[in-house]
Order: sequence, then C-alpha cells, then structure tokens
Amino acid sequence: MEAADAVKDIKRADLLQMYYYLRLTRALEDRVTALYRQGRIMGGVYTSNGMEAIAVGYSSAVGRNDIIAPYHRDMGAFLIRGITPGEVIAQYLGKRTGPTKGKDGNVHMGDLKRGVIGFVSHLADNLPVATGVALAFKIRRESRVVVTNTGDGGTSRGDFHEAMNFAAVRKLPVVFFCNNNQYAYSTPLHLQMAIPDVVDRAKAYGMPGEIVDGNDVAAVYVAAQRAVRRARAGGGPTFLECKTMRMHGHSEHDSAKYVPRELLEEWKKKDPILKAEQMLTKLGYADAGTLHEVEERVKKEIEAGVEFAEQSPMPEGPEALEGVFASDEEVKP
Amino acid sequence: MTTAAPPHEVTYLEAISEALDEEMSRDDSVFLLGEDIGPYGGAFRITEGFQKKYGEWRVLDTPLAESGIVGAAIGAAMMGMRPVVEMQFADFISCAFDQITEVAAKNHYRWGAAVPMVIRAPFGGGVHGGPFHSECPEGWFFHSPGLKLVAPSTPYDAKGLLKAAIRDNNPVIYFEHKFLYRRLKAVLPTEDYIVPIGKAEVKRIGRDISVITYGAMVHLALEAADLLAKEGTELEVVDLRTLIPLDKQTIFESVRKTSKAIMLHEDNKTGGIGAEVAALVAEECFDCLDGPILRIAAPDTPVPFSTTLEEFFLPKVVDVVAAARKLAAY
Ligand SMILES: Cc1ncc(C[n+]2csc(CCOP(=O)(O)OP(=O)(O)O)c2C)c(N)n1
Repeated sequence: MEAADAVKDIKRADLLQMYYYLRLTRALEDRVTALYRQGRIMGGVYTSNGMEAIAVGYSSAVGRNDIIAPYHRDMGAFLIRGITPGEVIAQYLGKRTGPTKGKDGNVHMGDLKRGVIGFVSHLADNLPVATGVALAFKIRRESRVVVTNTGDGGTSRGDFHEAMNFAAVRKLPVVFFCNNNQYAYSTPLHLQMAIPDVVDRAKAYGMPGEIVDGNDVAAVYVAAQRAVRRARAGGGPTFLECKTMRMHGHSEHDSAKYVPRELLEEWKKKDPILKAEQMLTKLGYADAGTLHEVEERVKKEIEAGVEFAEQSPMPEGPEALEGVFASDEEVKP
Repeated sequence: MTTAAPPHEVTYLEAISEALDEEMSRDDSVFLLGEDIGPYGGAFRITEGFQKKYGEWRVLDTPLAESGIVGAAIGAAMMGMRPVVEMQFADFISCAFDQITEVAAKNHYRWGAAVPMVIRAPFGGGVHGGPFHSECPEGWFFHSPGLKLVAPSTPYDAKGLLKAAIRDNNPVIYFEHKFLYRRLKAVLPTEDYIVPIGKAEVKRIGRDISVITYGAMVHLALEAADLLAKEGTELEVVDLRTLIPLDKQTIFESVRKTSKAIMLHEDNKTGGIGAEVAALVAEECFDCLDGPILRIAAPDTPVPFSTTLEEFFLPKVVDVVAAARKLAAY
C-alpha cells in the first residue's frame, strides 16, 4: 500500500499530534544547539534535524505497554514517552533532574517506568538488548512489542547481526528500524557496506524488510504500525530501513564539509516538517492558524523547559558514588 | 517449592545443577539460555533433562553468538526475568565483553535499571584445554564497577553462591572451575540455603601465614597446609569465594592475626586479583606485617596446551610450600 493512501486511515488527531512532536523535537534540539554554541552544554550535541519523522513515526505507532529502545537521533521518541523538554535540557546540563541525575549525558537517557530502554554510546549494543526484551515477552506470552533503531553505520557491528539473527530464529516481537541518513560520522554509505540498500541485510536472516520514506512521518507511522501488528500477532521481527539525510554535522562541532552541498539542498526540499505541513493542509486537517498555534505552544514549552533545567540543582560530588549496584529491596520493573 | 531432597552426596557439578533446578522451580522468572544447553544438556551436561522439565522457552538453545546472548539476557532481565546464561567455556566470554562491561555493568549506575542476571563461566586449567579452553578471565571483569564476581571452591559453596547470584539484583559472573566439576563430592543440606555474596570463608584456621586464594587453588593451599603443619608452620587458608565485592574485613582480620600474607591464584600474575589484594593489605595492614606480601600465580603467558607445559604453568603445592618457608623465616 502506498503511504499516500494509507494516510487516509490515520486519524486527524493522531496526525496533528505527530506534527506537534515533530515541531517539539526540532525546537528542542535547536534550543539545545543554541545553548551549546553559548558554551553552556557539557559534552556533544547530536541532533535528529531533518530526521525527526522516524522517531516520531515509530513511537506513535506503539502501545502504552510496549517498549522502545531508541538510538542517538531519536529525540522524538523520548518526548513521546513523556520525558519532558525540561528533563532533556537538564540532562544536557548535567543536572540532578535529568533522567540520569548527571551520571550520563546528552541522549543517553532511559526510564523503564516510561517504557524507554536507555541508550548506550556503543552503537548497536541496544539491539541484542531489545531482542531480549522481546524474548521476555515471548516467554511470558505477553502481547507486547519492542521497537528499536540504529544508524546505517551501526548495522556494520556484530551486535546488529547477532540480534537480527536471534530475533528471526525465535520469531521474537521486535521491530528493527534503521535510520539510513547516508553517513556515519564522515563515512559515506558506500564505504560502510557493499550493498545499495541496508534492507538487503534483512534477507540474510529470513526477516521481512521494507524501505520507507524516512522524511514522511505518515509513511513511517504506517510501516511501523504494520510491523508492530505483525510482531504482536506472533509473526516475528521486521526490518524497516528509513531513507533520510543527516542535515547537520555528526555532532554540532562538526561542519560536515565532507557532505556535498547539493545533496543537502536537495534534501532540504524534503524536510519532514515541511512535508507534514503540506500533508495536513492537503487533507484539510490544518490551516496556517492551526500550524501557528502548534509553533507557539512548542515555543512556550521549550522556554519552560530551559527555565526548569537552569533552576535545577547540580548533583553533589559524592553522588558520583551512588547507584553502582542495585539494592536487594529494589523491586522488579 | 521443590520438596526437599534427602541428604545425598553430590559433585561440584551436580551442586550447580541442583541450584539451577531449585531456583527454576522456585521462581518462574528464572530461565536459562546458551549454546547446546537444551536437549544436549550443555557441554558439561549441567542442564541435562532441564528442557524436558521446564520446556523450550525456559531452557533456550541460542545461536552461537555470545554478545547477542548476553545482550538478550540483559533485555530480559530489565523486563523482570532472571536469566542465567551459560558460556560454553569462560574463554568465549571475551565475545560478550562489550555487553557485559558497557551495558550490564553500567546500566543501574547510569539510569537506575537493575539487571538481575547471572553468567555462568566454566573456567580454569588443569584439564589440558589449551589457550582457548582454560582461561581465568576474572581479572578482566574485576576492573568493571557494577559487576559482581563469585568463584566457588566446594560443592556447598557452588550451590549456595549460585542461588545467591540468581536472587541478586545485579549482573553476577559465576566462575565455576572445570577442574573441580567431578573431583569434589560433598553431602549438602536438604533445606534451601544460600552462601551470601561478599563473604569470604576461612577454610583452615592457622596462626602463621595467611594464604588468600579462590577457586581450585583453595585445594592446593589446603594440601600445602597439611604438609607445612608437619614442619610446625600453620597456614590460614582464606577462600575469597566472592571476588567483587571483596570481603576486606575477613582478609584484614586474617593478616592482622598472622602478620604474613601469600596471594595465590591461577590467573596470570600481572594485574591479577592477587595484586589488588596485596595492595589492600599493604595499605591497611602495613603495621602488622612481618614480611613481604608474596604472590603465587601463573606466569604471564597464555595457558599452554601440552601436559608438561601446562604443569609448569599452573601454580603447584611445592610453590606454596616454598613461599611459606621463605615467609616463615622472617
Ligand atoms: C561502537 C562504536 N564505535 C564508534 C562510535 C563513535 N560514533 C558515534 S556515532 C558514530 C557514527 C554513527 O553512524 P550511524 O550508525 O550511521 O548513525 P548516525 O549518527 O549517522 O545516525 C560513531 C562512529 C560509537 N559510538 N560506538
């Protein structure tokens, strides 16, 4: 089914909600980048600029009890799961109110209560972990699903292959997304793999795979829904390659001179927010006024977040010693 | 609950099986995963008959992929399961190093999610396994905050420590010594018991020299102690049992009493656990030391294959006796 047809089945409220999260993601990451330029952020800033539709699309397609295991360009996923802009900024500022209480930085966030597996720097490490989440669901016969994501570069790691294989062999309820933004840091796709489409890797594991327009939030949502439904019904894992483009440097310190300007110009026309606005207008779901309201709402939320984060306390030095081990009393999630 | 078995003698290996069996029937969230552990029962037959009893989904044969296996165990653990991974040999744990040190070890510290998981690692030499089936990899993980490490030396401890490890809310690597599997037998209590993680045990009381050791080397130390007793030198043998967190109190109490310490382990000497314990003893017990802290350990080579080479490589009773005589002279 073409995404253009499928979009008709998506409720207006859901599409508007996704649009809101696209804007919230963009505004939050722009604000964090501005803070970074002012020298107020500790460590690096990795954004999903131009790729927001992937996390927003897949996170909108999962249910309340499902689990997500995002990677480093999935800000929308954290937001949809209820991690607030304030908490995100607090995390970037190393504050105690961030999801890791200052123990870890930037997008290395997680919260089991909100169904988010924490991201680790080591790329693809979370894919076997997601497989294990799905394994627990399968052992307990729960109809829950886990969705995870990786970059194209991450698919070169052994853990990607070990996870895909295990999940396929055991038909586990996991959906593997891949954000193919053409580059891994400075390495272009053709030096990453000898195949034109990452999705070809799924075939080796006997897993169905699809190519999705990663800049079209509705297309991502529909593909995710289909894969989630399949996983929930016992049909096993799916691999979804989202074609997109990394519009900023690898992180905000990187000017990305190695990316041809024309390529960026071409992809700019396919900006996911622009695309979503065109779709909403075409469907008659929103006019300029509605879109403007979203923009205003987002602005307010981000500024409230900045204030929350700035007023939050820093952790005390000796808190560095806390939490190495879980206590005996700690309840199971 | 399983009904209590009548008193019976079990090997070290059977003690491990019993612990797994009892924990699996006590708690539905306990499950096993690893290579060839299902119908085959594992390379050492520790899980023989388990799949028949508990089903395919609680005794899972996995693809040959240690990183994937440990990663999956971590994910399942976060969902409230208590996975027990079997490494076919401890040596292959290197393939899962990243998942263990970067994901499992740091998870709770970083974002508060507990990882109650056990990795069983059949380790150690003396079985002519060569460089890839004899390793003592505990030193690699000794330096990774967030992991607990245990290494039982008797059937009693093997059972009790494994049960404690399964019930612990943290990732625990359980180093089971292959050389001891079928060489040791003991009558175990019929009632449920655990050996608490973090507690060393003085396996032999002695006034003259503390030998601090773990795993199969405990038995070497005990043998040496018998010989030395005839010369009037009394060794105190401290079995660490848990490597992380170290039972510093028991170590210090023993050394304060004897004023002399020997570190004994099968792992390579450089950067081994003996080095850390020696440093701790030097820091805390300097005033009461009457001689140098000595280390007896394997030389810094891979574990060689051939009988003569491996015999040379492994610490021996005569090494302990020689070190003790040297120290006794102080
Ligand atoms: C195992 C590992 N090696 C290297 C890095 C450093 N690093 C961080 S992001 C990155 C590129 C990632 O590329 P890709 O997986 O395609 O994701 P993208 O950033 O393009 O979304 C690299 C090399 C890392 N985090 N993990």
